[in-house]
Amino acid sequence: MRIHLTSVVVDDQRKALRFYTEKLGFRVKHNIPMGEHAWITVVSTEAPEGTELLLEPDGHPAVRPFKAALMEDGIPSASFAVDDVKAEHDRLVGKGVRFVQPPTDLGTVVTAVFDDTCGSLIQITEEKQQGGT
Amino acid sequence: MGHVDIYRAIADPTRRAILDELADRSGQSLFELRARLVMKHGIDSSRQAVSQHLDVLETAGLVRTRREGRSKLHWLVGAPLKAIGERWPVSTDEDTPHSSDEDIEK
Repeated sequence: MRIHLTSVVVDDQRKALRFYTEKLGFRVKHNIPMGEHAWITVVSTEAPEGTELLLEPDGHPAVRPFKAALMEDGIPSASFAVDDVKAEHDRLVGKGVRFVQPPTDLGTVVTAVFDDTCGSLIQITEEKQQGGT
Repeated sequence: MGHVDIYRAIADPTRRAILDELADRSGQSLFELRARLVMKHGIDSSRQAVSQHLDVLETAGLVRTRREGRSKLHWLVGAPLKAIGERWPVSTDEDTPHSSDEDIEK
């Protein structure tokens, strides 16, 4: 069994598509119109055959209060791996991305959290090298 | 909001760790604070427990919350701690045998 698809629920699919491609640098894998909404997935350019991220519409009435509660506590909806959190933070800030948590060294990992402008927070994580190996 | 609240607030090691982390960076979400507590202090308290600790600190005037965007962030307010230094001021000619701080619990 493999994890082939995961999703982040967005308040506006077109806005999300722009953010996740133009700001984050992901590539569109599928963009299939489905009535009012579309089946939109993006992939990392570093792993185009890897896990797809579905930009999922937030039509269900339970979604908004759930997302609002996560946002209030600062809880990210997804976490992406990067080689260098600080460099990625600087690159994204340069593109106008708003970080709610700057790069923070937590011992074994460095993390930072930004606002995806579509109602969710996203964490980026760098696993620190454990000395020796 | 009297001084008693400050002493009670800082009597708890988890609340002291919260103040340590807010001193490191003010304006943290509950998520960030909990991540720091577990990763840096080994304190794996529940959301509700940390939330209650923050309520105590806020009542004592040591923490202030503010909404930024749609998130609730926590800020350290150090001013009330001045009352402690004013109540027991450090004299300049202290020569007590136990003036080092090695016995003080973190």
